[in-house]
Amino acid sequence: MNWTGRRLPRTEDPALLRGEGAFTADLAAGARAVRFLRSPFAAGRILSIAAPDLPPGALLVTGADLEGVGAIRPELFRFNYRAIAQPVLPRERVHFVGQPIAAVVAATPEEAEDIAEAVLLDIEPEEAVVTIEDALRPGAPTLHAEAPGNVVVDGTIRHPDCEAAFARADRIVEFSLRSGRQNATPLEARAGLAAHDRATGRIRLTASCQMPHMLRTGIAALLGMAEADLQVVAPDVGGGFGQKMALFPEYPLLVWLARRHRGSFCWIEDRNENLIASAHSRDQIHHLRAAFAADGTLLGLEADILANTGAFSCYPTTCGVEPLMALAEYPGPYRLPTYSARARALATHTCPAAPYRGVSRPVVTFGLERLMDRAAAALGLDPVALRRRNLVTEFPHVTPTGLTLDQASYVEALDRAVEAADIPAFRARQEAARREGRYLGLGLAVFNERTGYGTPAFAARGMGIVPGYEVVDIAMTPAGEVEVRIGASPHGQGLRTALAQLAADRLGLDPSRIRVIHGDTDRTPYGWGSFASRGAVIAGGATQLAADKLAARLRRAAARLLQAEPDSVTLRDGAAWAGEASIPLTEIARRVHQRSEQLSDLGGFNLAETASYDPGGTFSNACHVAEVEVDAETGHVRILRFLVVEDAGRLLNPLIADGQVHGGVAQGIANALLEEVLYAPDGNPLTGSLADYLPPSAAEIPHIEIIHMETESPETLTGAKGLGEGGAIGAPAAIANAISDALSPFGVDIAELPATPARIRALIRNAR
Amino acid sequence: MKCPPFDYHAPRSQAEALALLARHGEEGKILAGGQSLVPTMAFRLARPARLIDINRIAGLDYCRAEGGRLRIGPLARHARFERPVAPGPTGRLLARAAEHIAHAPIRTRGTFCGSLAHADPASEWCCIALALGADLRVLREGGERLVPAAGWFQSVFTTALAPDELLAEASLPLLGPDWRCGFAEFNRRAGDFALAMAVTALRLDAAGHVAEARIALGGVAGTPILAEAAAASLLGASPTPDSLRAAAAIAAEGFEPTEDAQVPADYRRDLVRAMTRRALEGSLAA
Repeated sequence: MNWTGRRLPRTEDPALLRGEGAFTADLAAGARAVRFLRSPFAAGRILSIAAPDLPPGALLVTGADLEGVGAIRPELFRFNYRAIAQPVLPRERVHFVGQPIAAVVAATPEEAEDIAEAVLLDIEPEEAVVTIEDALRPGAPTLHAEAPGNVVVDGTIRHPDCEAAFARADRIVEFSLRSGRQNATPLEARAGLAAHDRATGRIRLTASCQMPHMLRTGIAALLGMAEADLQVVAPDVGGGFGQKMALFPEYPLLVWLARRHRGSFCWIEDRNENLIASAHSRDQIHHLRAAFAADGTLLGLEADILANTGAFSCYPTTCGVEPLMALAEYPGPYRLPTYSARARALATHTCPAAPYRGVSRPVVTFGLERLMDRAAAALGLDPVALRRRNLVTEFPHVTPTGLTLDQASYVEALDRAVEAADIPAFRARQEAARREGRYLGLGLAVFNERTGYGTPAFAARGMGIVPGYEVVDIAMTPAGEVEVRIGASPHGQGLRTALAQLAADRLGLDPSRIRVIHGDTDRTPYGWGSFASRGAVIAGGATQLAADKLAARLRRAAARLLQAEPDSVTLRDGAAWAGEASIPLTEIARRVHQRSEQLSDLGGFNLAETASYDPGGTFSNACHVAEVEVDAETGHVRILRFLVVEDAGRLLNPLIADGQVHGGVAQGIANALLEEVLYAPDGNPLTGSLADYLPPSAAEIPHIEIIHMETESPETLTGAKGLGEGGAIGAPAAIANAISDALSPFGVDIAELPATPARIRALIRNAR
Repeated sequence: MKCPPFDYHAPRSQAEALALLARHGEEGKILAGGQSLVPTMAFRLARPARLIDINRIAGLDYCRAEGGRLRIGPLARHARFERPVAPGPTGRLLARAAEHIAHAPIRTRGTFCGSLAHADPASEWCCIALALGADLRVLREGGERLVPAAGWFQSVFTTALAPDELLAEASLPLLGPDWRCGFAEFNRRAGDFALAMAVTALRLDAAGHVAEARIALGGVAGTPILAEAAAASLLGASPTPDSLRAAAAIAAEGFEPTEDAQVPADYRRDLVRAMTRRALEGSLAA
């Protein structure tokens, strides 16, 4: 019975659909409410914070109360990184609108908000640095003395032969592009509940987070407490997309309150706080210059990457994560003989940036795929043929930045997509529509996605804290069920289902007999979490290894009980078999635990194993095709068709894979057309509600066609590659190309996302 | 995003509500559907000390044709208008606009009169009220007055309604079959507040000439506004694609647009031109 590869409905879903999920806010009954007082100024000096008359039981906590509490200061030992520090609560200066500067505790959230409003804040505003241009301006105010010129990261790659490539080019294509600032906007905003246990003195922090073990390590270090005295629990988590990876000031403050006041304290972030003060992303300007031969061969690429990473550096990845991902991965799926690039992270008086689904690669793919279309136009070549000429076809392939591309299907996926899109028929429709004054366009985006990378990849970045591996503890209970304890922490990815499918096949068990336990530092081995498209590959690989070790133990026990050779024993249908003879696994489990006198010489009194997995990484790939209609009068873009050819290797559960593609593409469409965090020139956020910041609704998302290819990776144990981010990576570029194609009669080139109706109208107006 | 403290009253009769308004008008606020008021309170942008909830007053949810007018009570919900509430152009226009009002759950709670009292510049009902010439019946303890829509909208979220008054009824003319009504609006997501909308109403005489014309624009200025010059340009002749285009161009130039970070003024004019022409064309295509 093969469970892996089946479209098994997710075991997570019934409770969620019945409204019986347990999110942090569902668990907060009885806790005192915490409200953060947030800076109304982007930049300023704190003169005083005066408490109003506090009702009995209420508290006001400011930076002055946090004697001995450290600052959040992640490290990166490469790329001219300047370590900058974020106080849990600031004493001297504020650095962005929304930065927590005090905490109010009251019996209810309403009362806490009333008190917070009455706190007298005296802040002397200072000049704010808001945009990339502001940060780079000579003489601009400096946010952090450690980072002169507001440059926090400055990474460079220089290939000596790059200039020669440009010298012999037949055509040089050069342009700049910009991708606006986004907020990941998980359905559930952040939330934390810190509870003190009087018997042990321990604190349990329940938090809507992606990396519970990392959060524990970070908070314990900040507060100078024993890590063993802190338990972090991630209950049901309503999406994260990277936004919930970082260590934010709010959580250590909750733990500090619980320890100091020996009680329970909860903070449920509201949508306004989430939009202005949780974490942002993208906000990049890339300048590209590419050398081509007349036949379309790409000879060389230069990239200058600027990322506005906000006021502080996120822990543990640092603010280098965005620019350095672009620096390392700009070559994409293309053969690139030579490459030079510089990537900088710039500090500004805006909400700090953190990873967000795709991390830079949506912008990189936007750049590369606009480059392919622009180059094809400049050289008079077919854009599909141009891509085909340059895509990597022989594997393994080493990129100019030293990454190894494993077996993939770059050309094959492009061909499948082009065939399914039926471009000749589209061109006929496009021609007919133009005669009626309607503008249809078709855009392609080919890309690869580095996924499932372990310790070496993170170590190469020079991170002070190097994530990568995952550990899985597996055990069979005396009654024969299997518990799989994972350090990863899924929050919507369906790992409970997919890992059970994997383990079920290795153990010959029905997946319903397998429980995957996650999101609790007391009950799971140390691990990193769910991010970077790594769950299926790394947690999956470790689960497979652990299940194999358990299977070997079961076979040894079965061999004894069946009087057979261990090598002749197989596990299937919930039993161990030696020829025609069999014994149920439940019976083996009972005997090992409760009749150990029969089996103890085989190695222990239990059926527990541990395994870890730390792969080098693998690249999945995809081709997205968008067909759009642009209303030239209003600038509105309607997506008529969206097609994804995705190759993520062996699919553990295609139903879950489809869901990942759907969700990713929806966020990519948001990036392309709708979502943008905006600031006024003084650093005041203008998009503090969902009436101003525009995630798509169901009405804006078209039907998404998916064609799966399965090029199994030799680099991963399960043959799977990650695909969690791909949807978000390809969609912006495909849509930008489709809009540019639609508006080619006007000579319009999309170089800024989101391509809002107002921007598109301005481009058309200026073109005319 | 939690409401500041407030007192709550739930009168059982209109008289009781008016008495509460007389006593607490300045610090009181009528709660009908609450779909704008409650979020505004959660953002603490509105902080009425007292809410006077009229939902428990019987008989206020009516919507009936009477004396050539459509009379709409203060608890008639948006969803009521999703299908024509009366035969003829007025009912069809209201149905055409209703689908653009937010989302289905909001339409089951929010009210027609509440929208007029709230006076969001991008309200579909406000724009239609101005275009068709609604009359608004206002009550206060011991008094009553009728305010024409043209005198109702004063500025963003501000109307002629006094603090001690209740908007007790809105009435719209039931237009005859010689009228052609059009509606078009533009928003970035389904259900969002419009960046621009146009409501048009043309009366054609027996010869097919435009005998009366009304064009109202919403979402483009502090209040809904009439595009009078654009409407006048259509009078006395049969509408043609060119004359509709010309009228739309006049509408686009004839107002002072509100501007913000996402919608520059010239883009607002682009939208008004497109929406006006589409509303006019749509009304004549039917």
